[in-house]
Amino acid sequence: MSAALARAGRVALVPALAIFSALAVGGLIIVVSDSTALRDWSSFVANPGRALSTSWDVVSGAYGALFRTSLGGRRAISETLLEATPLVLTGLSVTFAFRAGLFNIGGDGQFLAGALTSVYVGFSLDIPAALHLPLALAAGVAAGALWGGIAGVLKARTGAHEVITTIMLNFVALRLVDYALSTDVFRRTGRSDPISKQVLETARLPRFSDDLRVHAGLVLALVTAYGVWWLLFRSTTGFRVRAVGASPSAARYAGMAVGGTWVLSMLVAGGLAGLAGATTVLGVRFSLTGGFSNLGFDAIALALLGRSHPAGVVAAALLFGVLRAGATGMAAEASTPVDIIVVIQALVIVFVAAPSLIRSVYRIGAGRGTGPVAFSSSWGS
Amino acid sequence: MRVELRGITKRFPGVVANADVDLEVDGGQVLALLGENGAGKSTLMNVLFGLYEPDGGEILLDGSPVRFASPAASIAAGIGMVHQHFMLVPVFSVLENVMLGVETTTRLGGLDRRAARARLVELSAAYNLQVDPDADVEDLSVGAQQRVEILKALYRQADCLILDEPTAVLTPPEIDDLFRIITTLTESGRSVIFISHKLGEVRRIADRITVLRRGEVVGTTTPAESSEADLAALMVGREVQLVVDKSPARPGQPVLRVEGLRVLDERGVAVVDGVSFEVAAGEIVAVAGVQGNGQTELVEALAGLRAVDAGTVHLDGEDVTGLQPRRLLERGMAHVPEDRQRDGVVGAFPVRDNLVLNTFRRRPFARGLRIDRRAIRDNASRLMADFDIRAASPEVAAATLSGGNQQKVIVAREFGHADRLLIAAQPTRGLDVGSIQYIHRRIVDKRDEGAAVLLVSTELDEVLALADRVIVVFRGHIVGTVPRADATRDHLGLLMAGATA
Repeated sequence: MSAALARAGRVALVPALAIFSALAVGGLIIVVSDSTALRDWSSFVANPGRALSTSWDVVSGAYGALFRTSLGGRRAISETLLEATPLVLTGLSVTFAFRAGLFNIGGDGQFLAGALTSVYVGFSLDIPAALHLPLALAAGVAAGALWGGIAGVLKARTGAHEVITTIMLNFVALRLVDYALSTDVFRRTGRSDPISKQVLETARLPRFSDDLRVHAGLVLALVTAYGVWWLLFRSTTGFRVRAVGASPSAARYAGMAVGGTWVLSMLVAGGLAGLAGATTVLGVRFSLTGGFSNLGFDAIALALLGRSHPAGVVAAALLFGVLRAGATGMAAEASTPVDIIVVIQALVIVFVAAPSLIRSVYRIGAGRGTGPVAFSSSWGS
Repeated sequence: MRVELRGITKRFPGVVANADVDLEVDGGQVLALLGENGAGKSTLMNVLFGLYEPDGGEILLDGSPVRFASPAASIAAGIGMVHQHFMLVPVFSVLENVMLGVETTTRLGGLDRRAARARLVELSAAYNLQVDPDADVEDLSVGAQQRVEILKALYRQADCLILDEPTAVLTPPEIDDLFRIITTLTESGRSVIFISHKLGEVRRIADRITVLRRGEVVGTTTPAESSEADLAALMVGREVQLVVDKSPARPGQPVLRVEGLRVLDERGVAVVDGVSFEVAAGEIVAVAGVQGNGQTELVEALAGLRAVDAGTVHLDGEDVTGLQPRRLLERGMAHVPEDRQRDGVVGAFPVRDNLVLNTFRRRPFARGLRIDRRAIRDNASRLMADFDIRAASPEVAAATLSGGNQQKVIVAREFGHADRLLIAAQPTRGLDVGSIQYIHRRIVDKRDEGAAVLLVSTELDEVLALADRVIVVFRGHIVGTVPRADATRDHLGLLMAGATA
């Protein structure tokens, strides 16, 4: 057990240092973007103490607000977990496909396909909750799986690169949602803007407490993360998926159906992103409006940060949840621009993607088990 | 240039790749570095080439100690290396490849192709390295690509040339060419370090031979002093027999029956055409031929990996033409693929998973969807002991194993389910004597257990050592079927060159 912990510690070392570095560089940017701090720095020679103390105040004020609104109190934590819920699922989606050697850039399209279908089932059927909610969730998963599966079939049958097809399918889904929201079937009665009808009470995910927004989708996401881990690392299906991902030719020679595995993996990946869409409309929003959620793109970063491992993805999703939930508080309390959060997220990714940079900055050796997960090696192959 | 290595030690986590190695070569000499796969030859040369920094010992060039922090430093000091896997840019021309990294420029900053070409042509002529400067490297034969690599080294004014397994990829006439080139190089005063595990070649070309075993020098000798058997004994640490002990075959019922087989390559050309033969239980049939006469496509078609254009394949009387590899596996067929790194193992997977790469769905390795990790581990421990697979643990990635040990992983896996038919394509290519013997022994054992064995090999020694019957292929046709008793080297050689029986 302690060996396993030590291994986990080694694996987490680089991401942890990357987060720290990103916050440090983010702090510099906060200082530079603050007019008072800049003014004090311009008179640094005359009064170095003031420049430093102002900078400290600005940075600690911003980060204090960030962590207070994301971790200080049960409502704050609830918001963080709420943000993390769909990120866990889309992160798992990218991870699963990646283990099969595929880049699923289509998380957003699959998310929308899932959300649209779940919303439809959610508002159109009048059946008891015991049936309604599972049916609405299942419909979202199925639609996402279908949307992902298209890319899988195209890849297996024609060799069309999944990066291209999933990106294109994103736009198809986007416009499909726009169109659906303009029809009487979906558009809320009496509204002219694109917003769907409300999901009925019977199809909504239950909340943990009346005054908190975090909902049962979180439990679903965590159980799914365990399920994906089991499927990948403890099942024959996962063995096949990982073999195909690591060496399609050896997998083929060993009698595995490479194309079939691609299709299966894209079905699963799409289903996971579809579930993210379903939990979002059934748990928080209760209706659907147009536009990308960007959760599918963030998911690529999550999978990278989480080293394509379900446990890592959950941890990374929680981190991003903290940043997202804290961003609004930081803007309100410390008047630091929300954009700084996007910058910090991007910096985390840059530092994680360049482990040797972190290693040289912090002078740590290239430990075993933390070898590069070559996430970007087969782009465009 | 005189190159000396003194007491070189290089450790990797868990292994000592080189232990206190001494080695020297004079200008105008060829030193052969002989050793099994994994004996530490490549590591030692990577130290000399500046890729690795040694943990101990020193390098002397013409008597003065040097330290190489990078290959650039080593190249600047006059060391040139031709790697086993060529370091060429396929879409660049020969001239561009040779210039790459040491471009001469005109006053305006453009590439001075004219000057570079003049030097290249001069070098080609001086060392008889014929190659068209404007040809794209991807269009060249392997032998010609090797000449480009040598030219690259000479262009960088190499005084000592390291050739890492240079003959592994060459045809016999290309090998003769290479040896002529090496002689020209030494006549010009350069020193050559020739890395190989092929005893015959080493004795032919070397002035002196240093033998490595498990990272240590076990002997330095000359071709005149040592026979092939002596060298082999030094290399593997025991007397070796280059002949396989086997009783006459007792063929039973036909297992594999191929009739009128036609197979197309990627361009749609029939590279196997009208091929018919049988392999019976308890016999080894060898398909001999020069590489590229349809053997690869024949094997792929038999193994269900390539479409059959015409003809039929029967396994134990059942028509299995066009069946998926997995179905053939279930019927007792095993396949040792020709390209072991690409097709035989998943490099990123641990050895234990590679050992069940095509049986992981079956009991005891899986129960339904669930994988039994204990059964997989037990299987790995057993096979690693049985097949003498040398890896630090079953958990290490297959990619970190030497070629011989990778092949043993594949053989251990495939032989486990080769109940009816074993197809072994180039099973010992690139392996050391110890591994070759071991795998040959196992193939004969498989035959004696009653399996039908189809061996595809371009090495006549291997064909003659193992086969009970020899089929010779030429340009996709069978040009002769020879019982082992009538098969002589000369006779088979004639057939392989296309003479009709």
